[in-house]
Amino acid sequence: MAATSLWRRLARLLGGFVGSLLAAGGARAVALPDNVGEAMAHVYSGGGVTASGPALLVRKNLGDRFSLTGSYYADFVSNASIDVVTTASPYRETRNAYGLGLNYVVRDSLITLVAATSREPDYIADAVNVDVAQDVFGGMTTVSLGFTRGWDQVGKTGEGFFDTADHWRYRLGATQVLTPNWLMSANFEAISDDGYLGNPYRVALVFGAAVPENVPRTRSSRAFQLRAIGDLGERNVVRGAYRYFWDNWGINAHTFEVGYARYFGKDWMADAFVRYHVQGGALFFSDNATSDTTYITRNRQLSSFDDVGLGLNLAYTAKTVPGQYSVVVTGALEFMKFKFSEFTDVRTGQLYSFNAVLAQLLVSVTF
Amino acid sequence: MTCLRLVLIAVALGAMLPLGGCALQPWVKPYERESLADPIMNLQRSTLIGQHREHVYDVREGARGATGIQGTGCGCN
Repeated sequence: MAATSLWRRLARLLGGFVGSLLAAGGARAVALPDNVGEAMAHVYSGGGVTASGPALLVRKNLGDRFSLTGSYYADFVSNASIDVVTTASPYRETRNAYGLGLNYVVRDSLITLVAATSREPDYIADAVNVDVAQDVFGGMTTVSLGFTRGWDQVGKTGEGFFDTADHWRYRLGATQVLTPNWLMSANFEAISDDGYLGNPYRVALVFGAAVPENVPRTRSSRAFQLRAIGDLGERNVVRGAYRYFWDNWGINAHTFEVGYARYFGKDWMADAFVRYHVQGGALFFSDNATSDTTYITRNRQLSSFDDVGLGLNLAYTAKTVPGQYSVVVTGALEFMKFKFSEFTDVRTGQLYSFNAVLAQLLVSVTF
Repeated sequence: MTCLRLVLIAVALGAMLPLGGCALQPWVKPYERESLADPIMNLQRSTLIGQHREHVYDVREGARGATGIQGTGCGCN
């Protein structure tokens, strides 16, 4: 039922957009993205959670104005996180996500429309994204605007689906060529949520007693990110990013990332990076509340903590046939450490921390 | 309402950019952008790797958005 309504919404949006865009027509300077087929195997392991699975993406041009993108992503999750082992039983579940996208080029604009759905036994998330990127100023500046509307159904094992959550995401950005070797981008995104935003399985502690968590039914957040990338000479490339995030739940967060990439010979490319994230906790987070409040959570994602990640990507161009296709194999590995400043392990009473590793292996064929 | 205001400001700024072009000419010519066109200069080199990385952060951190990457929601919190 949910899938049917999603495809109906997509069909309506597609019809409206394609109709108006075909009417625009005209000469164009922006090219469609390359035809590409990607297959990825991924695994995340940390804090008692292992999530792994395949992901696929195919993008194919239809003429010189349209391209279609299809994607599939699966997470096979085995969850024995600290929340689960201290309040429930470890479990396994599968999440499947599907996406269907359309790119359309008109003059100096690229319009992208994507419908996506994510399905778990107790959670269904549908979304439609619309993005427009416009080249201006002789191709030195790209301005982008985007909007996402999301509809979620929230369920619980044994109870079925009992509530919903709606999401609105508004984004705008600009990418600017600074010099023949440097470019930077600025992105802003405002997100509003309305509905059931908690986790029906999670409990909070009040005077040491377990109670169901209760979080507000609305949330509004803003994020602003600046990025820059530059070639220091002979393809020695450095990049940096900073994001500031704030919301009306009281969370403030700073995220930094710096990286360095270079070629080794003509077939190998390596990229190393460091990422650091630090955030303050939500107003209603409490490890063990000593007063009775309307809202209460023990979701460590909403507590104050920091995490640092060290990553390495290696890409190998396995085969290139000029004008026809190329095959690139990429391996990515990231080690992360999370350190919580409020959330404790109830088994030991100590502040909680854990290490995690993220690995991805991608085969990409451009044709 | 605030979001609508932001979108209107963005549209207004976008509309002003061509006017600015009257006084200021693009200073990096297309033939000077060879370095920028190299795949190593992409801020996001693979859609799948980028989306998955962002998903991993999204479900473990309280912050979200403004990354230029769009995924789908999930009940992963």
